Parts: sequence; structure tokens; C-alpha cells
Amino acid sequence: MVWLGHFNYWIVIFLMMAGFYTVIARGNLIKKIVGLNIFQTSVFLLYITMGKVKGGTAPIVPEGGGEGLAYSNPIPHVLILTAIVVGVATTSLGLALIVRIREAYGTIEEDEIQEIEDKSS
Amino acid sequence: MIAAHLPALLIAIPLIAAPVCLLLGRGGLAWAWSTLVSWLVFGLSWLMLQKTLISGPFNYELGGWEAPFGIEYQVDTLNAFILLIVAAIGAVVMPYARASVNREVPAHKHTLFYTAYLLCLTGLLGITITGDAFNVFVFLEISSLSSYAMIALGRDPKALTASFQYLIMGTIGATFILIGIGLMYQMTGTLNMADLAKRLPAVEDTRPVMAAFAFFIIGVSLKLALFPLHMWLPNAYAYAPSVVTAFLAATATKVSVYVLYRFVFTVFGQSFSFDVIPLEPILLVLSLAGIFVASAVAIFQTNVKRLLAWSSVAQIGYIMLGVSLITVAGLTASILHIFNHAVMKGALFLAMGAVYYQVGSVQISDLNGIAKKMPYTMFAFVIAGLGLIGVPLTGGFISKWYLITAVLERGWWPVAVLVLLSSLLAVFYVWRVVEAAYFKAGDNDDVEVREAPLSMLVPLYVLTAASVWFGIDTSLPLKASTEAARQLMGIGG
Amino acid sequence: MRHHLILRVVTKLLIPLIMLFALYVQFHGDFGPGGGFQAGVIFGSAFIVYALVFGLENAEKVIPSGYLMALLSAGLLLYAGVGFAAMYRGGNFLDYGVLAGDFIAGQHLGILLVELGVGITVCAAMIVIFFAFAGRGESNDDAEEDDDFPSPEVNSSSKSGEA
Repeated sequence: MVWLGHFNYWIVIFLMMAGFYTVIARGNLIKKIVGLNIFQTSVFLLYITMGKVKGGTAPIVPEGGGEGLAYSNPIPHVLILTAIVVGVATTSLGLALIVRIREAYGTIEEDEIQEIEDKSS
Repeated sequence: MIAAHLPALLIAIPLIAAPVCLLLGRGGLAWAWSTLVSWLVFGLSWLMLQKTLISGPFNYELGGWEAPFGIEYQVDTLNAFILLIVAAIGAVVMPYARASVNREVPAHKHTLFYTAYLLCLTGLLGITITGDAFNVFVFLEISSLSSYAMIALGRDPKALTASFQYLIMGTIGATFILIGIGLMYQMTGTLNMADLAKRLPAVEDTRPVMAAFAFFIIGVSLKLALFPLHMWLPNAYAYAPSVVTAFLAATATKVSVYVLYRFVFTVFGQSFSFDVIPLEPILLVLSLAGIFVASAVAIFQTNVKRLLAWSSVAQIGYIMLGVSLITVAGLTASILHIFNHAVMKGALFLAMGAVYYQVGSVQISDLNGIAKKMPYTMFAFVIAGLGLIGVPLTGGFISKWYLITAVLERGWWPVAVLVLLSSLLAVFYVWRVVEAAYFKAGDNDDVEVREAPLSMLVPLYVLTAASVWFGIDTSLPLKASTEAARQLMGIGG
Repeated sequence: MRHHLILRVVTKLLIPLIMLFALYVQFHGDFGPGGGFQAGVIFGSAFIVYALVFGLENAEKVIPSGYLMALLSAGLLLYAGVGFAAMYRGGNFLDYGVLAGDFIAGQHLGILLVELGVGITVCAAMIVIFFAFAGRGESNDDAEEDDDFPSPEVNSSSKSGEA
């Protein structure tokens, strides 16, 4: 049952598509940001999954030396930490923009904003 | 000692200048500081280009960790040239910014504006100089986030929605790039670009590598506004403050083109990119479509900044057309056009910023008869516009000439004819602005409109003069472009 | 205020513990999950909990925004400063090995300072973001904020008179 062993990757694909669909198909700006977050989370899962070594433990040398110890690859975790920070910054910037858009236009639905913009230009 | 640490200094100086700028409080001081830093960075990038042209490519290991374990900065001619372009545009635009930002950005946000500008400069320089794939993503996001913030500072409320749309599309692009990098790491175990280039051929036929390439190219194409993925660009450039538009139009997409060069030619290699994956016809069709569609849409715009933004999409089409030729000549033309377009578009957007400063609007109808009141500004606009069309004696002519000869070298006559036809479209949209400015009678009930202040005219003329100078004496850009193209294709020096 | 008595008492008990935990996470990043970013967020959340329970004005008295901007810059300056110090002492940028006597002590010192810088900046950034969002909806006395962007309806009426 190889496909059950790839369970993580199926979750990655599911989340990626769900997030991407939400970004494209939803008109509410906050839903777009949420979709973006889900999309980014799926990428984090992809990285962490690739870092796991079967039977591996944390990459820290224990008391008495660590000869012959299998450890999970720490580099994907480091990359994901950076990517999470980037995701947080993007989310906060997006939400700040939504607050300003709400103050300027009175609505956060994309089609209503488009209407107001077309009328005023 | 400076020479040995040039790459690190180039990134570290604007990076450390940004929090200092935040502490500086008043807007005037922040402007002076960021101008100083921009000029310093320009000087450093000039030194680095000279060093590369004389002694060839060199590396710099961050943190003393040797590659491929640590992050290394790798500088060759292509890098150094693009760095010079970014730093030069920054250095020219900053003196202009004082008056323009005073007019267009609310006073209490000036310090934050200049801080965001310094961070954007750091990000763009970092993308260009690094030799580590994940580092590209980090600096890409640094520059993108600060761009979103700067664009949202425009006066028009549409700047907010434009910035939001850019944020959504840009983040999707960056996440695709992240997926691509992750899959590449998974298959080779390294993130260093030179090491990736060595290890990828062994795993070339596997699906993850092809998927990685696909994700990466789509993500980068989103960032560089290749034809169907360009929707964020017109609004973002039209409604941002003029300084921001001039700076981003000349640098942000060009740096993304550099990332494409680096990964397609150096990391993945020509044989994979063009033989295993049919990148050549895809790029060819998309770039031609982009040139024609964007030029056509530009003709019908009423907002001059939006017109110039659509023109930028078309110019990106020319640059990508050069890439799809896969010859040294094609790449040379492509890199040359990066340089000339940065200079010309920078000048055009600076001219429009000056017009906005005096008139308060950039609608074509509001520009009637403006040439009598702002002769110098509109003259610069005409000269840069002639470069955009490709009139001889301008830089634009040189890059179009090289592009057409490269196309003919490949034997694609129809494509050469199409390139010439598209220059006609450029004539139309430049003419619309010139006609309104010079030949239509102005409304005389305007507020007293004078010529733009000297602090705006001087940078504008520096760029306009550069666009003419490099049309006559092409030695520096041509030499750098040819050298860079040869290194990318792996031939000769 | 009597309604929120339980919340206030429990919050006052918890905030020092949250801060202590944040410091633990900060300095144990070498040996377990932790490091600058996580610690910064936890430390910032202590201030945010305070702001949620005791009100924004009280929170802004605890940590005025001038200090926040200074902290924001200080963290990044510390990080870049470590890099420059390493260059000054003869290594490459951010080469921690040359910072102290021997290589290992230098690496320890370097990572410690760098993560501290990250923690300070992230903490200040979280608090600044929260204050910016929370301070927005309250008073519309910030008249200058509203004048910057007249809404499009106002724009269109003034433009239609002209065009």
C-alpha cells in the first residue's frame, strides 16, 4: 500500500488545492488571505515531510557522543521557520491593507469594490 | 579590506541603514540618509562591476562557512551588471524623491516610506548577488513586502486595491518558487546554485525535478509579469507614488528576469530547460503575445502612468523574446534591453511624476498644452519616448537592433517582422501623449503651472541623457551584456 | 470592571510566567525547539494579553510607541552589528568564529547575540502590529488619517465637475 505511506503528500496536495481555490474563487478579501495562508501551510508540510528520516531523532548530540545516531534533517525546518515568518508578515500586511480598503470603500467584497472603482474612474 | 568584503557590504549597508532610518524621526533627515546610502551603494556596485570585468567572477562565503554548506554570494558579470542597474536607478531616483514624496505621501509617513525603500533596495540587491537558492526566496520576499507597502502609500484609494492584488499574486508566485526550491532540495540535497548545477543532471529525468522546474518558472514569470501573469502590474504601477513607480518599473521585474536567467541557464542548464522541457516555444509565443496585446491595450489608456505600465509589460515581452532565442546574441540583446529599458522607463516615469507634481493629475486630457508650461519635462519625455519606439541614436534602438539581428541569426523572419510592427504600436501610444502635450490647446483656467523644480529636473535629465548617450557610445553596456551572455551560455570567458 | 475580576487576576498571575517562558524559549534554541522568532512572539503576546484585558491606553502607558520603534530598530541593528563586528575582527560577514577567543565560544556568542536581536525585533513588531490594528477602530479623532484618502465617491463628484 504505497499510497498510504505517502499520506503526508496527499494532505499537502489537498491543502494546496484548497488554499489556491479559495484565493481564486472567493470574492471576500479576508477569505483570500485565509486561502493564501492555507496554501502556504501546505508548502510547510511538504518541507517538513521531506526532512523526516525514518527512525531519526532530533539533530542534537546527546551526552556521551552521538556516533551512529540517525537524526532528522534540520535544514528543512530552518527553511520553514523563515517561510513561516514571511507568511506572518504577508498576512499582517494583507490584513492592514484590508482595514484601509474597508475605510476607503466601505466594503471588503471584491465585486462591490470593482463597481465603486469603475464608477469613480 | 573593502574590496575583499564588497559583496557583503553591498547588502549589509542598506540593511543596517533601514533601522537607522526608522530612528531618524523627521522626513527630511530620513530622505537625506537614504540618498546618502543610495549613492554609497551605487559607488560600491560600480567598484564591483569593474572588479568583475577585470578579474572575472568571484565568490564570497557568508559566515566563513565554505560552500556548499554555507550561503555564498557569487558575483559574475551578469550579476554585477544588474546590481549596477539597480543601484544606479536608486541613486538617481533618490534626489528626485524629496519633492515628489512631499507632494504625494502624507507627511507623517515619510520616515516609514524611506525605511521601506531601503529595505526594498536591500532585497533587490540581495536577490541579484546571492548564490543560494533559498536566499533568493528570502530576499525576494523582503523586496516584495516592502514594495507592497510603498505602493499602498499612493494618494488614490485605488492604490490600496492595487497593492492588495499585487500582494495576492506576488505571494502566490513566491510560494510557487518556494515549492520549486523545496522539490529541488529534495532531489539533490543542496541549496547552493553551483552545487545544484552539478547534481541536477543526474536526476534530470525524474518527475520531481520537472515539477520543480515548472513551479519555479511559473512563480518567476508571475514576478516578472510575463504575458498572461501580468495582471497586477498596470494597476500597481499606475496608482503608486511616482518615485515608487519609477524605481520599481526599472528594477523589480528586471531582477526577476535575472532569477530566470540564473535558474534556466546556470542551475538547470540549457539542455534540460530547452530540450527536455519545451520552454523555447512557450516563451516565444507568450512573449510575442505579450508584446502585441500590451502595446495594443496601452494605446487606449487615458491615464499616462497606466499607459506606460502596459508599455512595460510589452518591453518585458521583448526581453523574454531574447531569452527564447537561446543564442549568445539573443541573450546579449535581452540583457542590453534590460539596461536600456530601465533607463528609458525610469526617465518616462520621472517625467510623469514631475507633471503630477505641478498639475496634480496624469490623465491625458489634463495634459493638454502642458508642453508650453513645462517645456523641459516634456522634452525629456519625448526623447525617452523616442527611445521606447527605437529611433536611431537612442539606447532603445541599439537593443532592438541587437534583438532583430539575433532573431534573423536564428532564421525566424516572421518574428523579426512582428518586432518591427510592434514598434509601430509604440509610436501610437507615445504619440498620444506628445500630441496632447504639444498640439492641443490647454485650459487656461488652470492653477498657475510652472516648470518642475530643479531637484526633479536634474535626475530626469540624467536618465534622459543616459538613454541618448548609451545609444551613441554603447561600449559599457554592450561589453557587459556580451560578457554576461557568454558566461550564461557557458562559452568562452 | 467587577465583571472582569477573574480575568484580571488570572492575567496578572500569568503575564510574568509567559515572559519567563519566552526567555526560556529564547535561550534554549540551541538545544530544543525555540529561538528568536518563537520567543519574540511569546514575549509580545504577554503585552498583547495585557492590552486585551486592561485596555489599549493602559498598554500604551506600559510601553509607549517611541520605545517600540527604538526596540524594533535595536534588534536589527544588533544583528547587523554582529555581522560588522565579525568583519572588523578579520572574518567574513557574520563569521561568528572570530568573535571570541576560540571558535566554539565565538559561535556560541554569535548565535546568542543574533537570536537576541531577532527576538527583540519580533517582539516589538508583534506589539506594534497589534497596537496599530487595535488603535484603528476606536477614535475617529485621528482626523488626519481620514483626510489622506477621501473615499472614491467624494473623488468622483469633484472630478465630474471638471472633466
